[in-house]
Parts: sequence; structure tokens; C-alpha cells
Amino acid sequence: MEYVIRFLAGGAVVSLFAVLGDVLRPKSFAGLFGAAPSVALVTLGLAFWKESPAYVATEARSMVLGAIALAAYSVVVCQALIRGRVAALYATLVALALWLAVALGLERLFVG
Amino acid sequence: MLIRFKLLALKETQAHDYLVRFGLGGLATVFAGLIADLFGPETGGLFLAFPAIFCASATLIEKHERERKARKGLKGSERGRGAAALDAAGAAWGSAALIIFACVVWAEADGMATVVLGFAGLVWLIAATAFWFFRRSLHPE
Repeated sequence: MEYVIRFLAGGAVVSLFAVLGDVLRPKSFAGLFGAAPSVALVTLGLAFWKESPAYVATEARSMVLGAIALAAYSVVVCQALIRGRVAALYATLVALALWLAVALGLERLFVG
Repeated sequence: MLIRFKLLALKETQAHDYLVRFGLGGLATVFAGLIADLFGPETGGLFLAFPAIFCASATLIEKHERERKARKGLKGSERGRGAAALDAAGAAWGSAALIIFACVVWAEADGMATVVLGFAGLVWLIAATAFWFFRRSLHPE
């Protein structure tokens, strides 16, 4: 049941931020919403509700590392589209491997 | 006005695009929870900043821009890529603001959920907007 709530709430919040990104102009400003804390709001909200403050703090601390990986991912996708002249789908999918490598690498380095 | 709403842009997005983004968003949230349940909050927390719907959004932006140019009889693949790249550049600044969001929650984890998340969300919006103005002052569009 909890996973159903996660799916519905996550889908709704992500969609809301995506629609904001659709209607806001200029496009560079709308792009900010591609890194909105949509999944985080739902997941941390549930963690606040059913877990301890220490659990929430640990999850948020790791999120800092995930966000650094997201920044690296966004920069690489941007450069691949401009300089590499590759399609958006290809660039965004291939760069997911980079996100994973940076996020897990930083976790190994700082969390252990 | 510098930042504005263009509600007509909603007409360019089709129903199945909304469904795809809803589905991907829901799956990413379930996945983040699953990872935290299986490997603990240390690894689960990383996935709170997973680029969940970035692929779908960037592809959609590229497609809309390409179609807009095609309607004028022009080849719009380069413009499409440019629009998607602009979106990615914005997301990079949004990510910097996301680091601040996470730090606020980390520091205030023993507070009330609605207050902490509401405050952290507001801080994200202010920081992201400030970063955008800073970027714009460096590279006026």
C-alpha cells in the first residue's frame, strides 16, 4: 500500500513541477524545474512520518551527494547537446551512467 | 516582464506526454523508496536527486522546438537540441539549489515535516531564481 501512495504522490508532484517547467519562460528559467525537489518532497515527507529524525538526516545528507551528481549530469548533457550534436534522448539516457557513477563514487568517498 | 507564464505552451503537450511523466515520476519515487528499504538511507538518499523525468522532458522540448520550425518549413533539429541544452543548463543551476534544499532538511531533520519541507522548498525556489539571475548577468540571452 505504501508503494502505491509513493507512486501516486510522486507522479503527481513530478507532473506538477513538469507543467510549471512547460509554462514558464524563458526556457533557461523553466529548466530550473528539471532539478526541482519533486521526488525528494514525497520521499522525505514519508520518511518524516514513519522514520526517526536520524533517518531523515541521513537521507538528506546523501541527497546532497546525489544533487552534486545531478549538477554534473546536467552540465554533461548540456555540453553533449551543444558540442556533441547528439539527440536529447541519447544524451540524457547515456549520461544516467555518469550520474550513477558520480553519486556512488561520492557516497563511497564521503559516507563509506 | 523577465520571467513570465506562457499558458498556450500547455496545448503543445499531448495527453500521453503527461501520462509518461506521471508514470516516470511515480516509478522514480517508488524506486527511491525501494533502494532506501533495501540498502538503507545512505544509498536511498542519493536517489532523491535522480534525474527521473529529465529524459522525457528534454526529448519533449527538443520535439516541440523541431515541430515549431517544421511548421515554418525549416529544419529545426539544431534549434531543438539548443532548446534542450538550455533546459539542461537551467537544471544544472537548479541542482545547485537542490544541494541547499538537502542541507536545510539535513540541518532541521528533527523539526515538523510540513514546516521543514515547506521552508526547504521555498529556499530551493529562492536559491534557484537567484542563481538564474546571476547566470543571466554573466550571459545575457
